[in-house]
Amino acid sequence: MIRSRSLAQWCAGKGCARAIPSLLVLTLFSLLPVSVVQAQDSLDERIDNLVRPAADWVSSIIFYPISLGGVGVPFVLIWLVVAAIVFTAYFRFINLRALKHGFHLIRGDYNDPNAAGEVTHFQALATALSGTVGLGNIAGVAIAVSLGGPGATFWMILAGFLGMSSKFVECTLGVKYRNEYPDGTVSGGPMYYLSKGLAERGPSFATLGKVLAVLFAIFCIGGSFGGGNMFQANQSFAQLVNVTGGESSWLYGKGWLFGLIVAAAVGMVIIGGIRSIARVTSRVVPFMATIYILAGLTIIGFNIGAVPSAFGAILSGAFSPEGVAGGFIGVLILGVQRAAFSNEAGVGSAAIAHSAVMTKRPVTEGIVALYEPFIDTVVVCTITALVIIITGTWNPDVDPSAGVQLTSDAFASSISWFPWVLTLAVVLFAFSTMISWSYYGLKSWTYLFGESKASDMMYKVLFLVFVVIGASMQLGAVIGFSDAMIFAMAFPNLLGCYFLLPVVKRELNAYWSDLKAGRLLSSRHQVEE
Amino acid sequence: METKYLVGIDGSNCSERAIDYVIERARENSGEILAAHVIEWSPYAFSTPEENEHRHQRREQELARARDEVLAPVVERIQKAGIAGEGIAAHGHVAKTLVRLAKEHDVTCIVLGRKGSSRLVQFFGSVASHVVQITDRPITVVP
Repeated sequence: MIRSRSLAQWCAGKGCARAIPSLLVLTLFSLLPVSVVQAQDSLDERIDNLVRPAADWVSSIIFYPISLGGVGVPFVLIWLVVAAIVFTAYFRFINLRALKHGFHLIRGDYNDPNAAGEVTHFQALATALSGTVGLGNIAGVAIAVSLGGPGATFWMILAGFLGMSSKFVECTLGVKYRNEYPDGTVSGGPMYYLSKGLAERGPSFATLGKVLAVLFAIFCIGGSFGGGNMFQANQSFAQLVNVTGGESSWLYGKGWLFGLIVAAAVGMVIIGGIRSIARVTSRVVPFMATIYILAGLTIIGFNIGAVPSAFGAILSGAFSPEGVAGGFIGVLILGVQRAAFSNEAGVGSAAIAHSAVMTKRPVTEGIVALYEPFIDTVVVCTITALVIIITGTWNPDVDPSAGVQLTSDAFASSISWFPWVLTLAVVLFAFSTMISWSYYGLKSWTYLFGESKASDMMYKVLFLVFVVIGASMQLGAVIGFSDAMIFAMAFPNLLGCYFLLPVVKRELNAYWSDLKAGRLLSSRHQVEE
Repeated sequence: METKYLVGIDGSNCSERAIDYVIERARENSGEILAAHVIEWSPYAFSTPEENEHRHQRREQELARARDEVLAPVVERIQKAGIAGEGIAAHGHVAKTLVRLAKEHDVTCIVLGRKGSSRLVQFFGSVASHVVQITDRPITVVP
């Protein structure tokens, strides 16, 4: 009693910022058994058993099956796809008709030279992409193809195209309703457009907006611990074990050790403020992504003869799959689910990353954001899927829980040493995705709890604890939890987006007529004149 | 016609020599001087979301530092010499931005210092040599 009171008093003072994390770290270490060597495997299992019931419970709500043609389709997928189709129709295929202009914006044709030094469209897109291009493109695709066959690729690409419209809406809103603070910092995201945007429509909407914003922030924090963190730690560890010898690897069963190392590295960036690590990562990740794409294209090039039949398998598998549970709808679900998990369209996370851009026209960032699902899903995921299919790595009997290992095997069948490069890429992608998601989560956390050093620190330490947990768990529970939390974000986000569609339409129409009338300054046109 | 010089400043010895030179020239034909400092920056750099959040704030800080620490002493020197002088700081690709500023302010001549002459500089090219290649104004390079 005395002890707890003194602790509370200590916490009330300035020592709080230090006390909370150290307490959490102590809690974490109390999970470690006294005799570490003897109980390595059982520790992983212990953490797994601890989290699995919670993960399963959350998953069962978010993925509540709705019967469609005799197959249970998770409700959230219907929610995401319907929104993407509605947005695509409402903005008359903005996902296709604005692509060319989007390229000009990214290239910098419309950058104001007097705003040099501010965040450009290119930088905002690159930052958002480094949060989305990652394991979803490597492991997620493998999971979709191994469970649903080649046909899942078709639905993934289609979902990618539709998802572009969702990104357009949320990123336009993210910029429109962002906060520009007196000290010059800029931040935005669904929590701001849900609360500020809906408040413009009247007092009853203001309450709804606030509720949605709070829900979004809660789910985003959960997602930052799940898909943005545990899934990344889990799959990058899986690949590391795989490449160092599988079950005979000395790392096998030492997920907690890998987790501690990664947590230390992430901690150095987000707590230690060591910007050089973040900066190196932000440069190396696009480089690794390029290598990954080039390697994929090379393998496709080597097997160019197999490409037509691969596309044939993708098309026929999409509509009449063989031996897939749930048939056509089953494949569709798998493709759409993995696409959504990879490009996060409709989830709202990207709106946070895009909102710091320098522009006077919010809709420009929406148009630029079209490229995110395009690059992430339509380009990168398709390359991964093609490599898995044409190398013959996929067959109907493949182990569906293989995940990233399937992709690794596919690349190894053509380039024997590539798994090592892939491992490096996977670890770096995971790392940069964690950095991005820790930011999204922190923004949501401060939206809920306000900004203070102590509460910031509490979030960051919790984030690191989840890195360790993620690396220690079995794939099933991790994927269940991470999918659930990330997809849950789509409920408040898209509901608010529906209400705010007229706002986006107004912005788009005004901008598009200015563009068509030549009222926008383009550096390229000046040069041409 | 009034002679207007643009001198590139980077706070190094070679830009000191360029300033000495341009002050002399401006005094001879009663011209005015625009001292420009460019902060190296690329629109295609990669950054983290946290950096983007603070980018606008940092840009202001960088510009303020450039004005106060790099440009202010130079402008003071120019004005002490009895010449009309002004300082300007901007972000961007150094050579391209100098050329843009020269055009925008319609200067008569650009004056730049040359940083060293090592083989490495010869191979990669210096700011001065890049400006020579792309500018539409006369340019004086001070060795």
